[in-house]
Amino acid sequence: MNLLIKNGRVISPADNLDKEQDILIEKGIIKKIAKGIKDPKARVVEAKGKIVSPGLIDMHTHLREPGREDKETLYTGARAAVRGGFTTIACMANTNPPLDSEQDMEFILNEAKKIGLINILPIGAVTVEMAQKQLTEIAKLKKAGAVALSEDGHTILDSNFFRRAMEYANMYNLIIICHCEDEYLAKDGQMNEGYMSTLLGLKGIPNETESIIVARDISLARITGSRIHIAHVSTKESIALIRQAKKEKIKVTAETCPHYFLLSDKDLRNYNTNFKVSPPLRTKDDIEAVKEALIDGTIDIISSDHAPHLESEKDLEFNEAPFGMIGLETSLAASFKLVEDKVLTIEELITKMSSMTAEIFNLNAGVIREGFPADLTIFNPVSDWRVKKDEFESKSSNSPFIDNEFHARVETVICMGRVVMDKFKII
Amino acid sequence: MKFMQRNLIGLENLSKEEIVHILETATSFKEISKRPIKKVPALRGKTIATLFLEPSTRTRTSFELAAKRLSADVVSIHSSSSSILKGETLRDTARNIEAMDIDAIIMRHSSSGSPLLLSKHVKVPVINAGDGSHEHPTQALLDIYTIKEKKKDLKGLRVSIIGDILHSRVARSNIWGLSKLGAKVCVCGPATLLPPEIEKLPTKVTYKIEEALKDADAVITLRIQLERQNDKYFPSLREYSREYGVNSQNIKLAKKDALIMHPGPINRGIELSQDVADGPYSVILEQVTNGVAVRMAVLYLLLQKEEKYESAN
Repeated sequence: MNLLIKNGRVISPADNLDKEQDILIEKGIIKKIAKGIKDPKARVVEAKGKIVSPGLIDMHTHLREPGREDKETLYTGARAAVRGGFTTIACMANTNPPLDSEQDMEFILNEAKKIGLINILPIGAVTVEMAQKQLTEIAKLKKAGAVALSEDGHTILDSNFFRRAMEYANMYNLIIICHCEDEYLAKDGQMNEGYMSTLLGLKGIPNETESIIVARDISLARITGSRIHIAHVSTKESIALIRQAKKEKIKVTAETCPHYFLLSDKDLRNYNTNFKVSPPLRTKDDIEAVKEALIDGTIDIISSDHAPHLESEKDLEFNEAPFGMIGLETSLAASFKLVEDKVLTIEELITKMSSMTAEIFNLNAGVIREGFPADLTIFNPVSDWRVKKDEFESKSSNSPFIDNEFHARVETVICMGRVVMDKFKII
Repeated sequence: MKFMQRNLIGLENLSKEEIVHILETATSFKEISKRPIKKVPALRGKTIATLFLEPSTRTRTSFELAAKRLSADVVSIHSSSSSILKGETLRDTARNIEAMDIDAIIMRHSSSGSPLLLSKHVKVPVINAGDGSHEHPTQALLDIYTIKEKKKDLKGLRVSIIGDILHSRVARSNIWGLSKLGAKVCVCGPATLLPPEIEKLPTKVTYKIEEALKDADAVITLRIQLERQNDKYFPSLREYSREYGVNSQNIKLAKKDALIMHPGPINRGIELSQDVADGPYSVILEQVTNGVAVRMAVLYLLLQKEEKYESAN
């Protein structure tokens, strides 16, 4: 059956489109975008007063399958993604065992098909078993559907080895997502280093833990000419380096996450482990720098770094609790604060959560255009939504935004022409 | 004055008045320990658990004595006998303790913030007996008590804390407590053992021991953990001792009657020389004595309040 979305404010930054329009979808493809489309046989989705955006894309999630299905599965992760308005997500390789083989790529893609909600794309590990001893069979990973490569969770500290990984991946046009952390400098660290860590008596992780490796990875990208994408940028120092690298036309792109522009190390005041994340929440200066970088394009996109952990693991002594927070379901709502605070325009935000992401990772997505796949996210920008701990689709609830008031709320999600969420109800 | 705190987690969140109130209460309790029968019935029928998940002998003993002299019953849970090592979480341990109708929990833990976490899971008062590098409020209270006893008024007094400030919960609690009572605090240690932005706390900071000792009214030396050398915080214990040890020579920079203090146990000849540790102005053993009185006061104020609260309902 055809699908007709009526009267929504259709925003597709890639085509400079921002108009109240109707969208007709046929066989999963956008057939027509115009005013006053009539199709008596189509199922109608009324979107008056709502924003119709290209389906959101999140290239940084941890779905924990295989290995830690108690924290999250591809199925629950996909549901969380739908709830948050994502039609395409990529899952990081640091599962147990890691996603380092052709079979693993196929596993993810097949499971995603079985689940039948959204696109889940596998990111392959850079090294076998993520043991940093041997490169994965990158050519095969690429053929099997790897969308990128990453050792996310760890940095390959051996610069020579990482250089070779970049050179090799580049032959197959696979971008490497760099997790930048000098693990010596970060040793035993629990939170951002500074006044708050001194006050709380927790071992600090200085900003330079990140920027030292950002500088190195940019340098390696310069030598190799390879494309790299810097994950979860959190510091002003890293931003300065990335800005300079872009001026020099080094092929570097970067992402940040909502918690790096909304939260700071002050939020750790009561040792709430839901705020324990890597890289750690930084300071006001860093938040300002991240916002500035989002405005001037130094930071290209926003990802969630969705990292589910059980309550029983988080409800431990601060030193014992794992790093990470979930984000898929709150990412748009939290990021929309940037629009509310006039940091970004709504078009810019959608660019950073969809069209630019598609461009960086070569995805056939991120636009609302006739002839293109119908991946659409319909959200209300002025709803009243209080985030509740027991309402997450994710198996885990380690969110720093519990009890926060947000305004942007996804109501309907269409993936490949199928309504996968209709008025908050996931199929 | 009513003592309104439910727990004692740190001195950072106590007011000056609350600190003074604890110290005054301690004064009235101190004399009990000198009686032939060292016991009053103030907390008769109360049961207090000490939950020590990091080795400690003297703090635990001091708390136990304090509780017993107030006629409370005490049970101890050590790290070696605790179920935490067997994989039970702190939350479960806490609830189990509470299920046995314990009236208060005294906790020592190597991880900062643990007593606060514990306090969220139990209804009874939690007393922090030292958490990671965060706070050790009763140690600071007994330090302040000792200084106050000797010097009367803390206002304007120069108190220097020397040693491993980075890992020291004693230093942090003392900075808060002493500064609230008007003392001028100075912390001193090698750059590697000073925490970042410590100067934003109410304290002076210096690498130079001479500067810290100059005209000091009291000097608190901290125990240096021997394993810090292996973590490359300083070249050798010998160099540490030469540069940051308090001895009969450099102590001359301090006021003539400057108090010599140490939270114990002392590495003799390393952070504190033998002669100074045993010298005429050393109050190290008085600190231990006062520790019992201060802890009696803390237990009394937290548990008595609890009773009043209950009867008010």
